[in-house]
Amino acid sequence: MTRTEFWQGNTACAEGALAAGCTFFGGYPITPSTEIAEHMAAKLPKKGGVFIQMEDEIASMASIIGASWTGARSMTATSGPGFSLMMENIGFAAMTETPCVVVNVQRGGPSTGQPTMGAQGDMMQCRFGSHGDYSVIALCPSSVQEMYELTAKAFNLADRYRVPVFLMADEIVGHMREKIIIPDSVEKIPRKELEKGVLPFKAGDDLIPGFATFGKGHHVHVTGLTHDERGYPCATNVNLHHNLVKRLVDKVENARHDLADFSVINPDAEEVFIAYGAPVRAVQQVLHDRPGQDIGFLQIRTVWPFPDFALARFKNARRFLVPELNFGQIAREIERHVNVPVLSIPKLGGDLHLPRELTAVLERGL
Amino acid sequence: MRHEVRFSGFGGQGIILSAVILGRAAVMYDNKHAVQTQVYGPEARGGASMSAVIIDDEPILFPKVTNPDIFVIMSQEGFEKYGSDAPASAVMVLDSSLVHSRPDCRYYEIAATREAKQTLGKDIVANIVMLGALVRSTGIVSVAALEKAILDSVPKGTEALNTKAMKKGIELAEAVMKNGEKKV
Amino acid sequence: MTFEDWFRKDRLPHIFCAGCGNGTIINCTLAAVDQMGWKKEETVFVSGIGCSSRAPGYIMTDSLHTTHGRALAFATGVKMANKNLHVVVFTGDGDLAAIGGNHFIHACRRNIDLTVVCMNNQIYGMTGGQGSPTTPLKCLSTTTPYGCAEPPFDLCELAIAAGANYVSRWTSYHVKELEKAVLAGLQTPGFSFIEAMTQCPTAFGRRNKFRQVIDHVEYLKAHSLLKAKRDRLFEEGKEIPPDMFVVGELMRRNRPAMGVLP
Repeated sequence: MTRTEFWQGNTACAEGALAAGCTFFGGYPITPSTEIAEHMAAKLPKKGGVFIQMEDEIASMASIIGASWTGARSMTATSGPGFSLMMENIGFAAMTETPCVVVNVQRGGPSTGQPTMGAQGDMMQCRFGSHGDYSVIALCPSSVQEMYELTAKAFNLADRYRVPVFLMADEIVGHMREKIIIPDSVEKIPRKELEKGVLPFKAGDDLIPGFATFGKGHHVHVTGLTHDERGYPCATNVNLHHNLVKRLVDKVENARHDLADFSVINPDAEEVFIAYGAPVRAVQQVLHDRPGQDIGFLQIRTVWPFPDFALARFKNARRFLVPELNFGQIAREIERHVNVPVLSIPKLGGDLHLPRELTAVLERGL
Repeated sequence: MRHEVRFSGFGGQGIILSAVILGRAAVMYDNKHAVQTQVYGPEARGGASMSAVIIDDEPILFPKVTNPDIFVIMSQEGFEKYGSDAPASAVMVLDSSLVHSRPDCRYYEIAATREAKQTLGKDIVANIVMLGALVRSTGIVSVAALEKAILDSVPKGTEALNTKAMKKGIELAEAVMKNGEKKV
Repeated sequence: MTFEDWFRKDRLPHIFCAGCGNGTIINCTLAAVDQMGWKKEETVFVSGIGCSSRAPGYIMTDSLHTTHGRALAFATGVKMANKNLHVVVFTGDGDLAAIGGNHFIHACRRNIDLTVVCMNNQIYGMTGGQGSPTTPLKCLSTTTPYGCAEPPFDLCELAIAAGANYVSRWTSYHVKELEKAVLAGLQTPGFSFIEAMTQCPTAFGRRNKFRQVIDHVEYLKAHSLLKAKRDRLFEEGKEIPPDMFVVGELMRRNRPAMGVLP
């Protein structure tokens, strides 16, 4: 039995986390993500979980990593300025392979920018924002329904791949209320515990080590320094560092087929829209208003790792049109993978692309 | 049929809540689709507040209001900022105790704030009076759905007052309808 | 068991310099932990970055060596998510009071059930001897080549003002007292802060006229003013010598605490 609700995107995100078994939320208030923290503050204590408001986003990120090592499904939620502060410990989570979920309800930047207006300006920051090489998973919801579903999914991916998983939402999806169908339960895939006798950072064929939960007698040493399979610092060994970082990248990038989450409409079309997050809704309207038109559409939900192979589904594509609430961050990624023109359609300021604006671009032609 | 409803007034009147209640009525009790959005400013009180609801029988793709056909206006500043551009085909429900201007479209004069204060003893329920009038005059959701959504959304202990406010709004709208709605 | 049973022997030798006081402080801490009768699997050591923060890497428990200044925020997550774990934090003056200053005062304010041992060598040792928030006035470091011009923090006063339940200060000379202080800290619910003044011959001593390790330890001993004596001087209206620091138990109270099992 499912049930229907009329929820705000941020509420759906928090409820998706609770349904997935999130038991720890560490956060700091920031518009337009604050409703997520407020909802968790109200709900988590009643479910035996922990909500803690930290002194800043650096500490928020640190707290969820600490909680994760005790085996908890942990998360934080923030927006641009807070996301920037989290970068240091996001790198720590990547290096120490700590599962955790970070929600970024994107707003207009740079700096304080537009606290109450939507944007998608942090897409590259979420992929590359902390120093050094690493790889992460990022999901982009375009509806209240997807806020719920992708948040729940993020926890499974974090546990499976032992990486920070980002829910890259935006103010538009975070703040709007709409109809949502709540399932009875969501799939929960538990974190794989380290087997006794196996070194805590020794990975098998899937490149992902078992997790040495604190308090279970593993006596694991976890460090952000380059470490060997025992977890011991080994910061000047050239090959060891190369191989460790290669594994951190490969364990995600090699799984991009498994991680991919996208929808293809009209794969034979010559003009193809690609969108993620709120602009998906504008493209959907364009397709709806021009039935039978030969317009293709690729909606991407897993933006990182980027599903480059999905682009090949549009064999007749003569042009890709990419509306984003930024100056072409993902359009540039698409450009790397195709041999036809990629037209970035940026829109900043907080408003979604109007369907007629997208139609006008189509009509201007190649 | 897609309807786009725009609510405006000053901060503190419950403009946002009105939109949420209307959307909730449509989704939870009339089995329709709705998307509610709003303009967030830094001020928590005062200023011209705006909120919008799209209601449709089909799933709503584009979630932002672009061509509102129904207006609910509760302050003069709200009228000037969000109501004065109402097209001739639109319909407006306006709080005639606070809005002095009149639009170029069909409109209903509902003295919601005055009635809320004088008849119901609480001007805080003026927005619920407006919702009652809106639903009676446009039929955008059923009265039964509106009532349930109001009861879901208001603080415990204020249910009777809010139901009364809704009914007052219905009554005021009916009075206007009897006398003929105003056209310019 | 003794304190030696807590070491991760496959990680020795350690990286600390000859004459460093950190080993002494780690031994005192582990001796106190050992007396608590805690099991290794229910004890977690957390640290940030710096010489002091390498300590958990030598201890055979679950341990979390985190980012610079953030140990207390990570430890807060560990403790709040599993209150059955005993969480001890090693930190240094730069880690705790400079980059981690905000986390420090908020952990004290929350009075979260952690025991924090700060190895205060008054210098950034690992990066080669830069001035820290506890470098005394006029002392030399690579970033205060003309003498430190900034007044230092009193970390214990900071912890007391911010709300910690237990606060003590000793030095690497006072090993028995230090061990007892850590033990008292471990026993006290809420936030316990133990500051251990210590010598850093490599980065501090040789720039500040402490030719031998023992010269600096002797200095710490000679400039320690027992709390009781400080209080007596204060009552008598006498001046407290400005180059001395107070040692002893400076606070023990029972403010509401977080992370304590019911």
